[in-house]
Order: sequence, then C-alpha cells, then structure tokens
Amino acid sequence: MNVIANKWIGQRTIRPDGADKVTGRACYAADNTMPGMIWGKVLRSPHAHALIRSIDTSKAEKLPGVKAVVTAKDLVEFPVDKPVPLGIQDMRWMSRNIMAREKALFHGHPIAAVAAINEEVAAEACKLIEVDYEVLPHAIEIEDAIKPHAPILHDFVRFEGKPSNIAGTMVNKVGDVEAGFAEADIVIERTFTTRPVHQGYIEPQACTVSCTADGKVTIWSSSQGQFMVRAMTSFLTGITQSNIRAIPAEIGGGFGAKTIIYLEPLATVLAKKSGRPVKMVMTREEVMRATGPTSGSRSTVKIGAKKDGTLVAAQGTFYLQAGALPGSPLRGPVGCSFSPYYIPNILSTGYDVVSNRSKVAAYRAPGAPLGAFAAECVIDEICEKLGLDPLEFRLKNSSKEGQKAVYGATFGKITFEETVEAALKHPHYKAPLDKNPRPGVKRGRGVASGFWFNAGGESSAQVNITEDGNVAVTTGHPDVGGSRASIANVTAELLGIDHSRISVLIGDTASIGFSNLTGGSRVTFASAIVVTQSTEKVIGQLKERAARIWKIDPDAVTWENGEARPAGPNAGKFPPLSLEDLAAKANEMGGPIGAGTQLNTTGADPGFATHIVDVEVDVDLAIVRVLRYSAVQDVGRALHPSYVEGQIQGGVVQGIGWALSEEYLFDKQGKLENAGFLDYRMPVCSDVPMIEPVMLEIPNPKHPQGVRGVGEAPIVPVLAAITNAVHDALGKRFCDLPLSPPRVSAALDAAAE
Amino acid sequence: MAKVHVTTTINGEPEEFLCEPHQSMLDALRGPLGLTGSKEGCGTGDCGACSITLDGRLVCSCLMLAVEAEGKKIGTIEGLAQGDHLHPLQQKFLEWGALQCGICTPGVLVAAKALLEKNPDPTETEVRFWLAGNLCRCTGYDKIVRAVLETAADMRRAA
Repeated sequence: MNVIANKWIGQRTIRPDGADKVTGRACYAADNTMPGMIWGKVLRSPHAHALIRSIDTSKAEKLPGVKAVVTAKDLVEFPVDKPVPLGIQDMRWMSRNIMAREKALFHGHPIAAVAAINEEVAAEACKLIEVDYEVLPHAIEIEDAIKPHAPILHDFVRFEGKPSNIAGTMVNKVGDVEAGFAEADIVIERTFTTRPVHQGYIEPQACTVSCTADGKVTIWSSSQGQFMVRAMTSFLTGITQSNIRAIPAEIGGGFGAKTIIYLEPLATVLAKKSGRPVKMVMTREEVMRATGPTSGSRSTVKIGAKKDGTLVAAQGTFYLQAGALPGSPLRGPVGCSFSPYYIPNILSTGYDVVSNRSKVAAYRAPGAPLGAFAAECVIDEICEKLGLDPLEFRLKNSSKEGQKAVYGATFGKITFEETVEAALKHPHYKAPLDKNPRPGVKRGRGVASGFWFNAGGESSAQVNITEDGNVAVTTGHPDVGGSRASIANVTAELLGIDHSRISVLIGDTASIGFSNLTGGSRVTFASAIVVTQSTEKVIGQLKERAARIWKIDPDAVTWENGEARPAGPNAGKFPPLSLEDLAAKANEMGGPIGAGTQLNTTGADPGFATHIVDVEVDVDLAIVRVLRYSAVQDVGRALHPSYVEGQIQGGVVQGIGWALSEEYLFDKQGKLENAGFLDYRMPVCSDVPMIEPVMLEIPNPKHPQGVRGVGEAPIVPVLAAITNAVHDALGKRFCDLPLSPPRVSAALDAAAE
Repeated sequence: MAKVHVTTTINGEPEEFLCEPHQSMLDALRGPLGLTGSKEGCGTGDCGACSITLDGRLVCSCLMLAVEAEGKKIGTIEGLAQGDHLHPLQQKFLEWGALQCGICTPGVLVAAKALLEKNPDPTETEVRFWLAGNLCRCTGYDKIVRAVLETAADMRRAA
C-alpha cells in the first residue's frame, strides 16, 4: 500500500518554469538564434482571390544576399481528390494553406518565400518576385459565399451535385423534431451572427530550422504540439519523420491556433536549399491576415418547450466560415449547443462554407461558443416568455447520467446540474442589481451555460530518479498555462517528497514518446495519467530495490513520505531507505531507476460551465461594460488551483472580447482592414473587472486524481450570458455580435424612432 | 548605410553597441545586445510586450529608435532582479500564478514597476488603466492586478 498524504495536490506551488518567465530568460520561438543563421520572409497575395498564371523568381534570386527562394513547386503536392488526414487536418488543404498553388485564395496567402542574409534583403527580394495574377471576384461573408452565382473558390467542391462553396456538412439527430415542435406550447426561432475573431496570442508564429548536409532537420518553434510540427513538416516537405527533430520552444499563447503550422515547412525547404539555418518570424499584421482566426457564423436556432418549461424539441442550423480551405469546426456548434439539456428531439446541422479569407484555426472550444450563443439566447427568451427563472429552467431540463447526447455519446456521471445549483446559490445571483443607477445608464444581469466535450488521447511521460535522489519528469506536451506546475504537484504527491525536488521538462520529438496536441482541454488530464502510471512504476522499482537490500519480499515494503519502509512482519526491523539512499545504491542494485508510460488515455468526461454576468450600458455612448462576472465550472480536481482559475478567468475575458469588441472587418477588395492590435480590439486591463471563478471539485471517477479538462468550457457561455444581460438592461434582444458601440447605438437609435 | 555607435547605460551597466539609424531599440536589445526578455508582440506600440524604461519613463521599445538610447539610462526586464534576488513584483507574480504563457510577463512587470515607482499606493482602477497598454490574452488580468496591488501593499509596509 502506498500512503498518499495529499500534501501537494491542490497547492499553489511555484511553477517550475516561473523564474525563467519573470526574468525574461524563458526562450520563446523568436528568441532562438544560430551561428550562420539567415532570415526568411514570405511574399503574400495582394488579392483576395486570383489565379496565379506564373511566378518569376529570377530577379529575386539574383539579388545579392539572397540564399534561397521557394514556391509551391518546392513542396509536396497533394491531389485534391484524395484525403490526406493527419488528426483533424487534411494535408491537401494544409499544403495549399501554407503556400498558394493554383490560386491565391485570400489577401495575405503565401505565394513564395525568400531566405537572405537579413530581414531587409529578404523583404527586398520578395518585392522582386513577379507574379502574374488574374484577379477573380471574391466572397468573404457567408451570405455572399452561398448565394446563387457566388464566386466559386474550388472547382472540386460540390454540394448537392453542383459547384458550391459549401464544402461539407454535419448532421446530429435524435428523435423527430417535427413531432417535437408539434407538442410544444411555445416555439422560438431566431437567427444569429458572429464575426470571425482571432485567437490573439501575443507571440507571433516563429521558427528556426537547421538542415545539415546529412539531411537531418532540427526545428525550434512554438506550437501546441512538437509532434504535430514534425508530422506536418514531414508531410509537406517529404522528409521522413526520423530525419526531423522538433524542439518545442516556450509558447507565447496559442488557444488552438498553434495546432497547425505555417512557417516550419517553408523554413525547412529554405534551409535545405540554402544550406544555412533559417529563422522566420511573422509580423503581427501577417498573424492577423494569414493565421487563424476562428469562423464567422450564421446560426438559426429553433427551440420548443411546454408551458411548464419542459424542453421538447430543438433545431439548429449552423453555417460556419471555413476560410479559404475546408475545415470549419462544425462539431462545436452541432454537438455542443444543446448538450447541457435533455431534449428528446434534436436536429443539429452544420455547413462548412469556404470563402476568401484565411483558413480557420482552432480557437478554444472550437465552434462551441457561437453555437451556445444562439441556443442560450433562445433559451433565455423562452424563459422570459414563460416567466421562468433561467437557472431553475436549466435545472429542470439538465442532461443526466445515462442519457444519450446528440453527438452520440452516452453521458456518464456528468455534473451540469451541480454547476446550475452552485450558480443559483451564489451570492452574485441573489445580489440586488439597481437597473437604473443613474440617468443614461442601464444595468442588467444574464446567465448562460456551456458544454465542451473534453478529450483524452495519446500522451507519453518518463519519470527518472537522478543519481542524487531527485526527480526529472519529461512529458510531451507544450505547456500553455501551467501544466508543468500541476505535474510537479502530482509527482511530489505520489512520491511523498517536496515538489521543489522535481523538475518537469517538455521533451522534444526525439526524447519522449508521441504525445498528441495541447488542445481539447486534454493536457493536464492526460499527462497526469501517464505521469501517475510512470511514477507508480518508479515506486514499484524503489520498493523492489529496498526489498533486495533488506532481503525481504517486495510486497512487504511500503512507500511512505518519500521513503521505503519495511511493513508487515518486518515492520520496524530496518531503518527506512530514502529516495536519496536508494538512488545512491541504484547501480549496484540493478541499475538506473526510471519508468515511462505511453498511452491512449480515455475517461475525459465533458465539461460544463454556468455563468452569471452583470453589465452596464451607457445609453448615450452605447458602450457595454462588464461589472461583475461569476463563472461556475466543475473542474474535477484542481491540481494547481491558480492555473485552473487562470484558465477560467482567461477564457471568460476572451469571451468578453468576442461578445463586445472583437471582429474582422474587410474592405471591398477583401483586404482585412484591422490587421493590428489597435483596431482589432481585444480586452485590455481597464476593460474588465475581476472574474470570479467558482470551481466545483467533483472528482472525475475515471481519472487517478479526479481531473476534468478545464481550459475550453469557460469561453462557451460568455457570448450568450453577456447578450442576455444586455437584454435585461435594455429590453432588447441582440442577435449579432459584437455588441460594439456602433451596433448597440444603431439598435438604440432604431428603437427610439 | 553606415552603422551608428551608441553609448548608453543598460540596467545600470555602461554599454556600447552598433545599430542601423532606422533600427528600433527593441531590435537592438534583441539583436546585438542579446537581451531577448523584451518581446515583440506587435511592433506598433499596442501590446506592451516590449516595455522598457528610458530614464525612468515607461516606453515601448518597438517605437523608440535605438540611437535615442545615446547617453540615456535604459531599464529592461533583465534588470529587475538583483542577482538571484527577485524583485517583489516578480516574486508576487510567481506566488499568485499571475502568468500563464508568460510572453507578456516581462512587459507587464516593467510597466508595473514603473507604476509603483510613481504611485506606491495605486487603486485597482489606477492599476488597470496603467496596465491598459499591456495586452495579456491568457489571464484575463485578474491575478496580474491582484499581484500588483498586493506587492504595492507589501512594499509600503516594508518602506
């Protein structure tokens, strides 16, 4: 038996990577440099949609200081008719996303790349590349892309047998919605839109790539998965994975967007052609124009209920903007929007619409917030019409264990009800709110809930005992927000030693087993499992070594507080052997002590969140401000509460930006007008209040520490919670985000007329 | 174009470097000076990740020409700690978990230090408006603001 003191799990320990990060020493992707390094730059399309008739790079190649030029010809070509899947991505589209092939599909689409002795020469060379474009009509907004006679992006995309920009559909269905609506006493149907919003990580994409004469490629870059970097680079350049080593730099934010790559294959080919290490760093403008963002959307949601508030039917039709190549996160709105509720009849349909803007990348609970926005606003309206408390309504209709979700799973022990009950009991929900605090100012309160699948998947870990009796843990997941701190707590707990004796490192692709992306709210969940199993194996080895020293049966040894102790009939017969003692004797007693685990982890049950928000609307200036925000979520077990709270607080504030101020704006030529942080308005510190995370810790029975994924669920309810609060303040239902001053002002003016 | 020779003081130490006349202070710090703690998030003065002090005044180093450092005193994130002794703000950020990815953290710390030197007893609103030039996408700012307020209180008690 191993005695667990529960000393470290749940403690707010100092993170292993903390000192480096507060002193400026942490090495992010753009901080790397190499002897002989040269710089790569990308030439990008000045048109939203154009045929590329020819590309002449000869003048650029002749410019002194230029070492290599690449175009799509230098990358692997994947025919469009045969899928090349890698995880949820398709390399047919990824190859065309990182470098235009037949056509430039959006303003900012890479056309060619240059490596030169410095950034200035590389930029100069880009200007010398001559591209013969035939400019084509373009479509960016969903309604423009799906209307009759819309410009077609891809000849190979067919919908209902005809050329179309609808590249895919997804349908989830239970029961019979028509019969369900026929039973309803009240049916509300509304259409909602959201704008594309960017993930907004502060660190632009960057990499350094070395390719040596023997064909070995080393990539330093920041991503949400070094194994993804290796695999995608391999696919897109044709270099085998065994010849590519991807080293994860510290990552300066990703939020889903860094689950795909843009620069690494280009830098790899440039490095190979030039024989020099190549560094590439995107500008913020390039990040905004050509990476991510998430989909803009148009959603129609129809929900029917009985007079007593029982939900009977729901229908959702979600059009998502994929960007230039297929691949919207349809699963988000289609699978999540209605999943908090037991509704016997559901028809949920998603359409993947390609259009002339950059290809979408994942963004925190991909697609779920925009679906929840539509569904949770309609539910709010039903509650209003029926005169029911919106939280009591949610409690009455909540999904329960054993019920089948619309996306196919049968729910295990889920905890949506618990989040609603906690919200009902929270002082925020009971606090009085003065709805007219002063002339020209209105206040309102809103609630909304959200669901996210969460994920398990492949993870690897290695736990080694150092020769001096300390611990080195290696995992395969880039740490986006404190996962190393959680892993140190878990390992310290299991071994019964001080957490500061444990170093936690992120291995590169050559030093640790395959580990899937940092995404899906999976990293703390999955890495805790593989680290636990590895540590338990190590404890088994330690007990076995002690037994050998004492010449007793290993089963007669316990591991307690960092020591092996004789147990049973031998209890007290020998002085305990500490980790240091056993490490010192390791080699004479059988060799180094350490163990690894590689698993496809399972048991990641879904996450639920219920949020309460108070807003204030300045009626004259049409500014919506968030006054108070409480976010309830079941987190299973908070291994390190600060970083769990941080996920909730950060997710909420991203949602506030999505709801109130962030949006992509395009001009008539299809060029993004606000490709910078001044005009693309993410929340700044003075825009938001403190965000209160209300963590419920209901252990996930399928996880050794009870962990439930946390990172994504907290962004899901925010859009609707705020919109419902604005309705409470103004008595007007908004269906189009963001609720920015121009939009709120127009609505207030229209109401006044 | 001929490079310009600049003589300056960085984190209290005399320093000389060569730069292009058009080069930004951020590029000089990250390039010839090897001080990569200051980050480039935007290059347009909107994100604050490159925050430094110039004769004690908080500036975005991406908006400053490197030649402007001539004869001035530059303070960067690398100068916050005294040897292995962290500045109280650095220590408090670690204790609060006031960072996630950490890319904005150097700029936030430099800005917060400049605030506390100017105003040792800021209100929450004053902290929020002072730090409005430092974008953080991970934390929602909550723990950052708390860490700054608590450091200010600690430093007032210690003074």
